[in-house]
This record gives sequence, structure tokens and C-alpha cells, in this order.
Amino acid sequence: MNARPDSSEFSGARDDGIAKGDTLLEVNNVSLSFGGVKAITDISFDIKKGEIRAIIGPNGAGKTSMLNVINGFYTPQQGTITYRGVPRRAMRTTDAARQGIARTFQNIALFKGMSTLDNIMTGRITLQKRNLFWQGLWAGPAEREEIEHRRAVEAIIDFLEIEHIRKTPVGRLPYGLQKRVELGRALAAEPSLLLLDEPMAGMNLEEKEDMSRFILDVNNQFGTTIALIEHDMGVVMDISDRIVVLDYGRKIGDGNPDEIAKNQDVIDAYLGVPHEG
Amino acid sequence: MAEHEPMLDTFPKYLLLNAERFAGLPAMRHKDFGIWQSWTWKEQLEQVRTFSIGLQTHGVAHGERVAVVGANRPRLYWAIAALQALGAVPVPVYADAVAEELAYVLDHAGVRLAVVQDQEQVDKILSFSEKIPNLGLIIYDEQRGLADYDHSRLVSFADVQEAGRKAIEDAPDLSVRWEETIRAASGDDVSIMLYTSGTTGRSKGVVITAAAAVQAASDTAAFDKLNEHDSVLAYLPLAWVGDHYLNYAQGYVSGFCVNCPEGPETVAQDLKEIGPTFYFAPPRVFEGLLTMVTIRMEDAGRLKKWIFDKFIGVARKHGEAILEGRPVPLSGRIAYALGRVFVYGPLKNVLGLSKVRTAYTAGEAIGEDLFSFFRSLGINLKQLYGQTEAFLYVTCQEDGAVRADAVGPAAPNVDVRISSDGEVQFKSPGMFKGYYLDDAKTAETLTEDGYVKTGDAGFFDQDGQLRIIDRAKDVGRLKSGALFSPKYVENALKFFPNIKEAVAFGDQRDFCAVFINIDLTAVGNWAERNNISYASYQELAGHPRVYEMIANHVDDTNRKLSKEPMMAGAQIKRFLVLHKELDADDGELTRTQKVRRGFIGDRYGELIEALYDGSPEKFVETEVTYEDGRKGSIRATVKIADAKLYDVPAEAMKEAAE
Repeated sequence: MNARPDSSEFSGARDDGIAKGDTLLEVNNVSLSFGGVKAITDISFDIKKGEIRAIIGPNGAGKTSMLNVINGFYTPQQGTITYRGVPRRAMRTTDAARQGIARTFQNIALFKGMSTLDNIMTGRITLQKRNLFWQGLWAGPAEREEIEHRRAVEAIIDFLEIEHIRKTPVGRLPYGLQKRVELGRALAAEPSLLLLDEPMAGMNLEEKEDMSRFILDVNNQFGTTIALIEHDMGVVMDISDRIVVLDYGRKIGDGNPDEIAKNQDVIDAYLGVPHEG
Repeated sequence: MAEHEPMLDTFPKYLLLNAERFAGLPAMRHKDFGIWQSWTWKEQLEQVRTFSIGLQTHGVAHGERVAVVGANRPRLYWAIAALQALGAVPVPVYADAVAEELAYVLDHAGVRLAVVQDQEQVDKILSFSEKIPNLGLIIYDEQRGLADYDHSRLVSFADVQEAGRKAIEDAPDLSVRWEETIRAASGDDVSIMLYTSGTTGRSKGVVITAAAAVQAASDTAAFDKLNEHDSVLAYLPLAWVGDHYLNYAQGYVSGFCVNCPEGPETVAQDLKEIGPTFYFAPPRVFEGLLTMVTIRMEDAGRLKKWIFDKFIGVARKHGEAILEGRPVPLSGRIAYALGRVFVYGPLKNVLGLSKVRTAYTAGEAIGEDLFSFFRSLGINLKQLYGQTEAFLYVTCQEDGAVRADAVGPAAPNVDVRISSDGEVQFKSPGMFKGYYLDDAKTAETLTEDGYVKTGDAGFFDQDGQLRIIDRAKDVGRLKSGALFSPKYVENALKFFPNIKEAVAFGDQRDFCAVFINIDLTAVGNWAERNNISYASYQELAGHPRVYEMIANHVDDTNRKLSKEPMMAGAQIKRFLVLHKELDADDGELTRTQKVRRGFIGDRYGELIEALYDGSPEKFVETEVTYEDGRKGSIRATVKIADAKLYDVPAEAMKEAAE
């Protein structure tokens, strides 16, 4: 009777049949423009299963657009995205979510009036199997299912060390904690690919260190593949396995942190050397 | 009751007994994954047994010292019992100790094995592993983040238990022999080694033997009539004598249930859910509760506020008398009964103190108002005075004979005396055997006839209760000859909710001057109400309006001091509000949050000089240490303010000058 529930009840990342180190997602010659503005020009890169892949670049380089292309929010005019071996151009965001792509946002997008627990619970929606009728009735299978989901959510709460704010409406939480709750909601979907849009924006040093630790732990414990956009170069260099550098919508570098640190184009872009053409 | 029960002499013997007599009653609870998990005494015995036998397979032997580092977790409490069952000596270490402190204790105690909570502790130990040459194996409770570590020196708690389980399967008589070892153990064995928090200098390992520990715990458990139906919330630092005594030792002898909170931030919530019957908290916790209640009531609607003020008034008038069973007029009783329905009951419920039968506070002086506020609500809050060297209790107050300014008569079977130079000395059943590897210090602390010197100055008042004045060596004199007790001045200041900490100077000086730390919760709330914006602690601390407010508090304190003949000479002439919070990580406080006066004196020497040379402000740069050992610095210009002194009654001057 006293079996300690533990995080084994929460697998963290779904099994997508792709071995660690194989390509999970491939971006091929993608271009995206809004009217006459070219946001992304002919970009190709890949994300391998189990890695932490950073997308960096100065303001307006097209990082968030790239993330929006990956999770189906934008449809590129040219090029293909191959996710889990299936190539596609257009995709609805709900399909992306069902296929195991979860994300967080640069400007926190939580339900402010709902508790931490309920917010994270919403991340389980794509995993819920019972229909509205059963859920409305909240009996039998739906009840059992909810208990299962609640267990998974509690494992996330434990993992992210947010027990003390379980029942607090998130609108009342400080910024750093809201970011953590948002990460929790994304994790609740047990994603194959986790997209983090500036997870450390606006945080102080201590909060950044905590968040870095959580990102590494998620990657380490659940094997979740993570693609993240981040401004803080120190953080990026410390936690990423590989980095893509964008500038004015073009890819100017791709490689591990050491290679990127030595890349002259990247140094120029960050130091603001005038742009040719 | 205790006298009808068998008197055993080690805690593991009680574990075996409790697993029989209280088999189905809860021994331990822990809120984990949002649910209170619970273990009965019988189940607790099995948890301890498998871990203990697992430790045996790792070669843990009689007399060996093993570190236990972490928060209040069932598995760490079981580790303590499992070690004691083998005759090994648990050495709990403060979980928030910085890596260097931790390494010092581990090395000094000569541990070969450490049982720790999580990755944080593992990291701290590994970062200093070359300083702890004896340390081999580290056993951890929580797996998280440790997957990629080199596991040649790491093993999980669950794996050790599994090894124990397997060993029992392979050789069933192992379990029987394990119980026989416990039954055959001697009360002279060392039960635990507790490192003092170190108000002065390095911490010392206080060696407590089993029979002494059991005797002391049985005495006080009987004194407060604790039984197997009581429950406590274990939230105090595991390495502190208070936690080990109040929760572990008393729990084993009386059979009550120990509840471990989900985490340090959830203590208030967990307290509310558990509703303990026995509760201990240092004065600053009660202060925090009162501050919270006051703030929340200021935010409440007018009607609620009126009801609250009305009935708190009734409680102040009659509450303590009703608690102590003294005569109260009928109208008072009726008003109090109504108050219980409308205010006291709900309030105690929110605070998690509804079921408290006995509560203690100790460690610092507690303000009269604060103390009687809680007592007037019907909470049986009492004071005790204790020391690690006594295995806690030296004196404690009896139900019905409770006062704010004294700490009670000697605890059961404890002998307390005041030496000719005013120092409190005691001899008690639980008193320590000595400091580990430090015979010189042990000899220094014991008198020739075997009493322990507490280092505290105190006296017994008319009704036989002990009053503590200050640390004996801190009591000094101003140049004028007036008596100066820094703690007395500091306590008078700290009774204001806005002041969190104060450090007074004055020995061999012209006048008394103080450093003040504001309380961020209380002052922050006040700032919000008064439209004062601030970006940091430092900015708020230096705000002119904050200085104004603190000046008023200092003025009130001086007026109060001027009325006390002994202390009137030591009124505060100048003060400053410190730009940073005093912090144990910087060595300014002990791990039990006591001010380390000497250290602060050295560290802020410039500021002290500025207090005495009359300068209006002073620029300082202070080094700060983060928990992982890295250092940073903060700079500030600290303002120094003058305070008004009150006339001292003539006879006081005469007395002080004698």
C-alpha cells in the first residue's frame, strides 16, 4: 500500500520509434516571407533525437519565425519540413501538438486565472482519450483517466520543484516561476520535440541558472529533444549540443559551441559589422 | 504513562517495541507527489531493517561514523535508526551548509560513508572530495540529475535497501541476528554526534550516548504527556539538536507520528493539513505568523477588521486567564466563547495550530506581546531553554506557570545552578559525553564537579524560573561604567516587526550604537501601502522614510530602556540600517540564525568606526558568498542616524557605576 509513486509513472517523452542520435526533424531549403519582407531565406538544418539544439541570432534574425514554421503556425512558401521521416510543408498546429511537438512562448501564454496545477493539466489534453460526454459525466473510465493524468502532472510538479504554488493562480506568480509553469505545461504533453522560445528572457542570474538546470535535467532524465531560442550567449554555449546561427533570415553558422565561438561570420554578426548588400 | 513502560536504553530497541505495541499506528508521513504517504511503525521497522542490513553489506560496522545530510525526509530519519541499529554513529550535517563547512564536518568526523538527500549534496561533497580522504561511498535518496554521474562511488538508497532485502532472502537468519544485535546493544554506545552551529569559531561535534539520550527524551515526553496519538511536523533542520530531540528521540520513546513536509516552501500549507498536537518554533517563526496575520487583516474589509480587533481585544483581556484556568467573569467567558467561533478557531485553523496541545519556543527571547498573542488564542505556548550539550532541555515551563520573560524551572531530573560569576551551569540526564576529538574544549566546558558551563549569564527570579540575560562573555560595560548587554538591546529592537535583526556595540565604547536589518516582508508591505517604490533590498533599506520609521522604533526602545535601572545607561545613541541582509552563507549568522557578533564586528569594522566618529554616512564594499561558494560584492553608501537619549533615573546611574 505504501508504494512510493515516482517519476516512473511519467515517461516524460513519448516513444516515437527514433533512436537517439538519428534525425528527428529536418528543415530543407525553407523560405518564408510576409508580403515583401523575407523573414527566412533558404534555410536548412536538422535536429537529432536527444540533443539540445539552439537557434540563435541578433534581433529580427528570424528565430521565432523558424520556430513557428516548425510547429505549423506559419506555412513556408518554399521548402519542406521532415518530422519523424514524414515530409510536409503545411501542417496545422493541432497536428503538430498531436505528433509530439510542444512549445513555450517568449511572452508567457498561460491561463492567468487558473492554478499551476490546472495549467499543467491542460498540457495533457492531447493525451486524453475519453470524449466530452465521458469527461462531462466524470465517472468510470474518465475518472480513472483523470487520476492517471493527475499523477503525471504531480510528477512534473515534483520535477520542477513547484509544489508550493500548486494551487496558486499563475497570474499571481513572479515571472521566473510563470516561465517554469509554462515549461511544465509543455512537458505534460510528453513531447518528442520541445520548442523553447527564449526560456530565460527577463530572468536574473539565479533564475537563469535554475532554468538551465531544469532544461538539462529534462533532456537528461526524459531524453527529450529540445530546440531553444536564446539571447544569452553564455547560457547557449553552456547547455547546447549544437547551435544554428541566423542573421537577417539566413543561416550563417551551424555546429557545436566551440565551432560557433570561432566562426568569423557569427562574430561579425554579433559585433554588428555592416551587412553586405 | 512512561513509568509503567519498560525503560529501554537505545532508540532501535524502541523501534522493535513500537513495531509490536503500535504496529498499526502511523509512525511517519511524508507529502510526496501531492499525497500524504504514510508508514506504520511496523512498516517503518521493515524500511529501517532492509536499509540497515543493506548498509551491513557495504561494511558499515559498530562505532563507525556516517554522515546524514539533507532535509526532513523519511529516508534520512530511517537512515539514522538503521545506523544506530548497527551501533554506527549518525552524524547529521546542516543541509544548507556551504560545501566547505560540509567538508570540514565530514573530515573532522572521519566519515567513510555519507547518506544524502539529492544531487545538490552530492555535488557539494564531490567538489571537496580531496579534503575528505576517508570518504568512500555516497548513498543518495533522490535520483534526479545523477544519472550521468560516475557511479563507482554513488549508490541509491533504494538499491541499498534492495541489497538488504536480497541478503535477508539468501540468509533468513540475518534478520533475526540483526534484531539480536539491537537487543544486545549497550546504552553506553554513542547514539548520535551533533555538530554545534558554531556561534564562535568552528563547529564542534557533541557526542551523545544512547542511554542518556533515551533518558532525557523519556523525561520530557512524560512531562508533556506525549503519546502514540500525537503528531508533529518535522520542519526544523535535521542536523539541529532540536529536530533530533523533539521529533526523532521523543517520537521513538512515545510513539508519536512524525510528518515530513513536501518541501521547505510548503511548510505552512503542510502544517495546516496535518494539524500537529506538539509544535516547536523559534520566536522568529511566531513573529512571521503574526506579521502575516497583521498584514492580511489590514487588507481585509472593514467589518472583518472590526470583528477581528474586537475579539482579539477580548482575547488579550481574558484569553490567558482562561487557558490557565484562572477565574474570569461570566461576561468575559461568553465573549471569549463567541470569539472562539468567529476569530480564534478559524485563525488557528489557518495557522495550522488548531490541535496543538503543547507548543514551545526557544533560542531567543520572545516579545511579551507576541508571546501573549498566541497564548490568548488558547495555544499552550511555553518556553524552554536548552543546549546541544544537554541534548536539548535544561529548563522548561510547566503548564499554567508560563511567562514571557523567563524560561522556566529546571527540566525533570536536571540540576541547574548559577555560578559565583553569574553563569548558568547544569547537570542533566542527557548531557554530552564530550566534544569529538577535542578533550581540551571538553575540559574547558565542564566544571570540576561535572557541571556543564553554558556560557550564558542568568539568574533565578522569585518564583524559581530562570532568566537568561545574555551570553556571559558578551556582557560588558560602556566607558561610563554603565552595564551593557548587547542582546538585551537587540531583543528590545527585534520586538518591532519591521526589524528583523539588530547588532549592538558598546563594550569599552562611549555609547551604545546598533546595526539594524529591516524585515523585508513587513517593511515591503508598508512600502507598498505608502506608495514607496524600490527595486532592491538595498534601496529599500536606505530609503529616508524607512530611516524615519526605524528612528521611531529606536526612540521607543530608548524610552523603554530608560525605565529599566540596569539597562538605562545603554540607550542607543547612533544607528544605521544595513544595506544587506545578514546571512549564514556569509558567516554573519550561524546555521540556526544566531548573530555572530565577533565576525560582524570584523567584517563591518569601517561601519562601526563611522558610528563612533560622528560621520553622517559611509561608503562600503562587502563581499558576498553564494551557496555554491562563488563570491560577488555589493557596494553601498550607508547613512548613519542619531537618536534621542532619555534621562536616566538617578538611582540607576549610581547602581550602574558601582
